Amino acid sequence: MLNSSLQQLGAALRAKNISSVELTQLYLDRIAQHNPGLNAYITLNPEMSLAQAREADARIAAGKAGALTGIPFAQKDIFCAKGWLTTCGSKMLHNFVSPYDAHVISQFNDAGAVNLGKTNMDEFAMGSSNETSYYGTVKNPWDTARVPGGSSGGTAAAVAARLCAAATGTDTGGSIRQPAALCGISGLKPTYGVVSRYGMIAFASSLDQAGPMARSAEDLALMMNVMAGFDERDSTSLQRDKEDYAREINKSVSGGKPLTGLRIGLPKEFFAEGLDGDVAKAVESAIAEYRKLGASVVDISLPNSRLSVPVYYVLAPAEASSNLSRFDGVRYGYRAPEYSDLADMYEKSRAQGFGAEVKRRIMIGTYVLSHGYYDAYYLQAQKIRRLIAQDFTEAYKQCDVIMGPTSPSTAFKLGEKGDDPVQMYLSDIYTIAVNLAGLPGMSIPCGFGANNMPVGLQIIGNYFDEARMLNVAHQYQLATDWHSRAPQGL
Amino acid sequence: MTWEIVIGLEVHTQLSTNTKIFSGASTTYGAEPNTQADAVSIALPGVLPVLNKGAVERAIKFGLAVGAHIAPRSVFARKNYFYPDLPKGYQISQFDLPVVGLGALTIQVEPFSGNAKPYEKTVRITRAHLEEDAGKSMHGDFHGMTGIDLNRAGTPLLEIVSEPDMCSAAEAVAYAKALHSLVRWIGICDGNMQEGSFRCDVNVSVRRPGEPLGTRREIKNLNSFKFMQQAIDYEVQWQIDTIENGGKIQQATVLFNPDTGETRAMRSKEDAHDYRYFPDPDLLPLEITAAMLEQARASLPELPHVKRARYANEFGLSAYDTNILTSSLEMAGLFDSCVSAVGQSNAKLCANWLTGEVSAQLNRDGLDMAQCPISAQQLGGMLQRIADNTISNSGAKEVFRTMWAEGGDADAIIEAKGLKQVSDSGAIEALVDEIIAANADKVAEYRSGKDKLFGFFVGLAMKASKGKANPAQLNDILKKKLAG
Repeated sequence: MLNSSLQQLGAALRAKNISSVELTQLYLDRIAQHNPGLNAYITLNPEMSLAQAREADARIAAGKAGALTGIPFAQKDIFCAKGWLTTCGSKMLHNFVSPYDAHVISQFNDAGAVNLGKTNMDEFAMGSSNETSYYGTVKNPWDTARVPGGSSGGTAAAVAARLCAAATGTDTGGSIRQPAALCGISGLKPTYGVVSRYGMIAFASSLDQAGPMARSAEDLALMMNVMAGFDERDSTSLQRDKEDYAREINKSVSGGKPLTGLRIGLPKEFFAEGLDGDVAKAVESAIAEYRKLGASVVDISLPNSRLSVPVYYVLAPAEASSNLSRFDGVRYGYRAPEYSDLADMYEKSRAQGFGAEVKRRIMIGTYVLSHGYYDAYYLQAQKIRRLIAQDFTEAYKQCDVIMGPTSPSTAFKLGEKGDDPVQMYLSDIYTIAVNLAGLPGMSIPCGFGANNMPVGLQIIGNYFDEARMLNVAHQYQLATDWHSRAPQGL
Repeated sequence: MTWEIVIGLEVHTQLSTNTKIFSGASTTYGAEPNTQADAVSIALPGVLPVLNKGAVERAIKFGLAVGAHIAPRSVFARKNYFYPDLPKGYQISQFDLPVVGLGALTIQVEPFSGNAKPYEKTVRITRAHLEEDAGKSMHGDFHGMTGIDLNRAGTPLLEIVSEPDMCSAAEAVAYAKALHSLVRWIGICDGNMQEGSFRCDVNVSVRRPGEPLGTRREIKNLNSFKFMQQAIDYEVQWQIDTIENGGKIQQATVLFNPDTGETRAMRSKEDAHDYRYFPDPDLLPLEITAAMLEQARASLPELPHVKRARYANEFGLSAYDTNILTSSLEMAGLFDSCVSAVGQSNAKLCANWLTGEVSAQLNRDGLDMAQCPISAQQLGGMLQRIADNTISNSGAKEVFRTMWAEGGDADAIIEAKGLKQVSDSGAIEALVDEIIAANADKVAEYRSGKDKLFGFFVGLAMKASKGKANPAQLNDILKKKLAG
């Protein structure tokens, strides 16, 4: 059951081989057993989860079940869920029980899915190791001395450890793909605007995008069918026809080589200095596998991508500094117990409620937007952002998808990069450009590196090319079994 | 040595949409605190703004009404600062790309001082931009704490910024009144100044003729035209005195205290915020299509300045008349109905009544035109009876007084009060014959050249007819008979 695909689980539920209550309880038991060691979840509420499971069973009994009805999913704690504590990994929201559902949550609810719990994350999604969470670090299920990646580290660990069927993540600079890579699972960040941001606590509004994290491309496709779609409550949500993300998943060129004709672009900048040898080796083997599947390889260049980390660390903090202003201790969330006046209340509440990384980014963002610095930093970064997007447009004239490593290294040790924010920021060097361009990107497991830690292959598609990317990933997963490996001892 | 006064206005008009500019919460005034504060108004984590199209339509209508350039693409920006009644920690406004660009408003200025004549002036409007209002901090009975009411947070505002084109309190007030009238005229704002629907910030500076602009001080949040005049007069004198006493004006924001009649600085430029404006990534740029422009244009009523010109051309009315008649859409509407009831040839009669009796009575009762107790139909009915000689002018005044106080239509009042004037020439002639016979001595005096006695005979005849004789007819008959 734990290794079943979402399709198999749905079928078993609809065939009444297992009830949603039984399946939910099975996961809750596993969570009770393994979560203390992993800290993947911030909030569990078995009563609410089981109530949803009972509703799902009734729906199944009434013959009104959809593809995901009755399946237990975990939700990243960045999504507001009615009646659930929603902390965003911060002390600032340690007492915030959301009175409403995010679009993503209501989509899962409408599909009859079960919310198993809220997963741990870097505070306000700011981090690449899940070490900035106020609720403690998450351990990588493959080696609990190592980080799971971030910011969707709790989700990645929960999926890898089979503590949920699948789960949601969000990705502002790599927060779905990097932890997926470090935990050996599959994750997809859709084209910006495909999944509504309504109810998803904002980090950097122009970059944030929710997406699915699961054990296979097939599972990602089924989740995308639930998560994606126009939502009038988000002005940046794209008004497009509903699409079936699984429609191309089994597409295959007849005659033994299913991906014949596919042109894979390999950006030389992604295979240069800074990439660990074990990761390079695993990624190169994956490319070799793709050649066997019929794909051809094109060398491409994304000349401005080297600027994506500095550009990102201007724009994302700028937006964050403003987005996080609402956390002021006035209406909800944390307020300092003692203060002398209004300014003191603001200062103490925010000083005590936010962690160091969040404060660092608020300060960077405030600085780059300040009078006299705006043109040199914010405006300049916006210009380079357009150049980075143009690089991709040029590249897609020569290829259909772009591939490379998701992260320059496998999972590092807890505390290893804690003192050096820049080293930490560089772990997103291959993922950030995708957010800046608004493109879809995914990570799938493609082997193991030194210390037997998983390596992720990044697949970057053109705008709205998710269905093709899922097909490209699925064909690889049919030919290999990296995605079905599970950590020992769980 | 003379001084020149330089004044520019920033006016916040609350747009008359039913819901807020970025959410579906109600904008109704006066509700219990925080009952109109939805998730967006409270700025819960994760909520997003969605632009209210009604607010955009109103901004476009304003732009068209002042002949402004409407930006095909404008941008919402965040103005960042912390305040408890600003729930997001930033206000969504427009900064370097506003929806309405350069326009102009022509105003009629009536100088406050004695003999100066009214004149026309054109004030340039720099820009008008959409933004959301903040909530209210309430420093009342909250156990030493401040109460926050977020009902107003997110109410749509159009901030209208003028060039510093005004050079007296009279001009500033005339501009503010014209703007106030215009936004009500085109139906984008209810103009209720008590409820804060129309709030003026006035920038004032003084300089010697020919010198560059002086340092300005901004008088915030004036919500009556009277206070505006008082505040400007005080501020101007204060600045002149300060400079003449060797002082310098510091840029500052000041508040006007109506009780003392003084302005006082609330913060100086040193405390000025760095608002860290940047484009709001939650909102797409506002694109205004030709179709939206056309729709707005089609929904605009005939504008005041167009009506003024038409009244002057078609009816030969004076500038004085046309100004009063176009002071509000209700006034103009009443005038138009009256004219259509009694015909174009009687337009001047209608104008006289509206600018005279009707305006005076409204003034006496402290009402504005929208609250006028007499309908267009009632007034038109009365004017018709004046025009067709059924009643005299003095009879009409009585009809009007009765209508105002008790209602009823003109014919019923004329009937009930016996105000119908006698236009039967036989009856008038008989009456005149009697008077001539009874006053032979005066008739002789008149005939020997004492013309002034004519009025004496009119008085006698009117008295004899109990005021009902048609005055014009009576004049004719008297003149004829007295001539012998």
